[in-house]
Amino acid sequence: MLNEIAFYLIAAVTLAFAVAAMALRQLIHCALCAAAAFAGLATLYLQLDAEFVGFAQLLVYVGAIAILIVFAVLLTRADEVLPGSRRSSPSWLMGIAAAVLVLAGIALPILSSPSLRHPPLAVADAPVKLIGVELMTRYVLPLEMAGVLLTAALMGAVVIAMREEPEIKAQSRPPAARGVETGEAVSHS
Amino acid sequence: MNALDQIFVSTGQWLTSLAPAPMRPFVAMALAIAGLMAVFGTCFAVTTIFERKILGRMQNRFGPNRVGPFGLLQPIADGVKMLIKEDIVPFSADRVVHFLAPLALTVPVWLAFAVLPFGRNMSAIDLNAGILFFFAIGSASELAVFMAGWSSQNKYALLGAMRAIAQMISYEVPLVLATIPVVMAAGSLSLPDIVQAQSGTVLGALPRWNVLTPWGLAGFALFMIAAAAESNRCPFDLPEGESELIAGFLTEYSGFKYALFFLGEYLGLFAVTALAVTLFLGGWQAPLPALEWFPSWGWFAVKFSALIFLFIWVRATLPRLRLDQLLSFAWKFLVPLALVNLVVAVVWWQSGAWRFPAALELRWLVGAGLLAFPYVWLGRALKSGKPVQHQYSYAE
Repeated sequence: MLNEIAFYLIAAVTLAFAVAAMALRQLIHCALCAAAAFAGLATLYLQLDAEFVGFAQLLVYVGAIAILIVFAVLLTRADEVLPGSRRSSPSWLMGIAAAVLVLAGIALPILSSPSLRHPPLAVADAPVKLIGVELMTRYVLPLEMAGVLLTAALMGAVVIAMREEPEIKAQSRPPAARGVETGEAVSHS
Repeated sequence: MNALDQIFVSTGQWLTSLAPAPMRPFVAMALAIAGLMAVFGTCFAVTTIFERKILGRMQNRFGPNRVGPFGLLQPIADGVKMLIKEDIVPFSADRVVHFLAPLALTVPVWLAFAVLPFGRNMSAIDLNAGILFFFAIGSASELAVFMAGWSSQNKYALLGAMRAIAQMISYEVPLVLATIPVVMAAGSLSLPDIVQAQSGTVLGALPRWNVLTPWGLAGFALFMIAAAAESNRCPFDLPEGESELIAGFLTEYSGFKYALFFLGEYLGLFAVTALAVTLFLGGWQAPLPALEWFPSWGWFAVKFSALIFLFIWVRATLPRLRLDQLLSFAWKFLVPLALVNLVVAVVWWQSGAWRFPAALELRWLVGAGLLAFPYVWLGRALKSGKPVQHQYSYAE
C-alpha cells in the first residue's frame, strides 16, 4: 500500500519533470528538468530494490550526462527563444512519428523477450558481487563493445572540437578585436 | 561491548521503544537524522572557529578573539550576522534556479552522511553499495554549482562555476580510483564491511589498517589530495578564488543562501574526510586491542579531527594553483598514479603467499619501487612541459 503510493508519487514527479524538460523555453531549464527526471528514474530503480542500477543511474546521468548537456547548451551559445515564436516546431508531426517509431523499436524486443515470461526472482536485490561476476564473464563482450564505442565517440568529439582551434587563433590576431569578440561571447551565454 | 561504546545506539533504541509500535521505524529514522544534523552542525560551527584560530596561530596572529572567552563564541556571532543579512537576488538573475542552487548543494551532502559508520553499529543505513551511494550523491553537487553560477547571470559567477565543475569532474576520477583497491581488499562496497575487513593486527603490534600497506599509503595520499580538490579546499580553492574571481559562483549570493553554500562546502569536507577515515584508517577501530576501552565513536572522532587539522594545516601552508596546473596535475599525475596503485595492490596480494624470511620487507620494497618510479617520472614530465603561452582577453 505504502509502496504503491510511493510509486505513483515518484512516477508522477518524474513524468512532470520529463514533460517540463520538453515544454520549457529556456534550454538550461530543460536540461535541469531532464536531470531531475533522471534522478526520478533512479528512485524508481531503488524502489525496485535495484540498488546498484539506481546509484549507477544517479552517478552517470545526474553526475555526468546532465553536466554534459548543460555544457553543450552553453558552448553552442543557443540563443533564447524569441517571445513571439511558436511553442512547437513546424515539424511536430515528424517528431511524433519518430517518437512512436523509437518507442516501438524499444518496446517490441522487450515485450518479446523471454525474461518477461519468467516468474519474478525471489531475491530481487542482486548483490553487487554477482553483477560484477556476470559483467566480467557472460556479458564481457557487450561491456567491451560499449567501451570501444564510447572511446570512439570521445575521439570523434575531440576531433570535432580541435578543428576549431586554428580558426580562433587566426581571428584573434588583433588584440582589440578579440577582446570585443570574447566580451560578446560571455554576455550571450 | 561496553555500555559507553554503545551509548548512542542504546539511547536511540530506548527512545524508539517509547513510541507506539507502528511509528517505530519512522521514529528511528528521525532520531538518526536529528543526531547526524546536530553532531555535524555543531562540528561545522566548531571547525570554523578552530580553523580561523589555527590559521591565525600559523600566520603569527591572534585570529578571532573578541566574542566570548578566547573568541570561542565567534560562530554564534557569524551565524546571527548571516541570518539577519539582506538576501539580495540580482535583478537579471533566474530567480527559481538561484533559489534552488544552495538547496541542491546542501541536501545531497547531508544524505551522504547516512551510509558512513561513525562507530560500532553506528551507521544510519547499511547499504549493500554504500560507497557507490556516497559518490552518486556527491556527483549531484556539480549540477548545483552550475545552477548557482549560471542563474546569477554574472560572468564571474559563470566562470567560477565552469572552473569548479572542471575541477570537480577531474578530481572525482582519482578520488574514485584511489578507493578501488580498498573495495577489492574488502570484497564489498558496504562501508561497515570495509571497516570490519581492517580489524585485527599484523605482526602482533600494528593494526591491519589499509594505510599501513604500500597501496594503502599511496591511495590515502591520492585520496586526500583529490578530497581537498573536491571540497574546494586550499590549495585547490580557485573556483572561489576571491582575489581573482571575487568568490566565483558565490558572487551573487548573500545572507542565508551564502551561509548554506558555506555549510555545504564544510559538510562535503566532513563527509569525504569521514570516508577517508573509514577506507584507510580503519574506521572506528582502535589502533590496538589494548586501547579498546576507549569507545569506538571516540576513536572515529580522534582520527576525523586529525584529518581535519591536516586540511587546515595545508591551507595555511600552500599557495593556490593555477587552473592549467590544477587540471594537468589531476589528469597527468594523479590518474596515472592511481592506476599504477591498482597494479601495486594486486602485486601486494599476489605476494601475500611468500613464506621466505624478509618476505614482508621485500613486498614493501617492490610496492614502493613500483610507485616511486612512476612518481618521479610523471613528476618530471609534469614539470618539464613547455610553458603555456597565456593569452588574456581582458588583462592586456
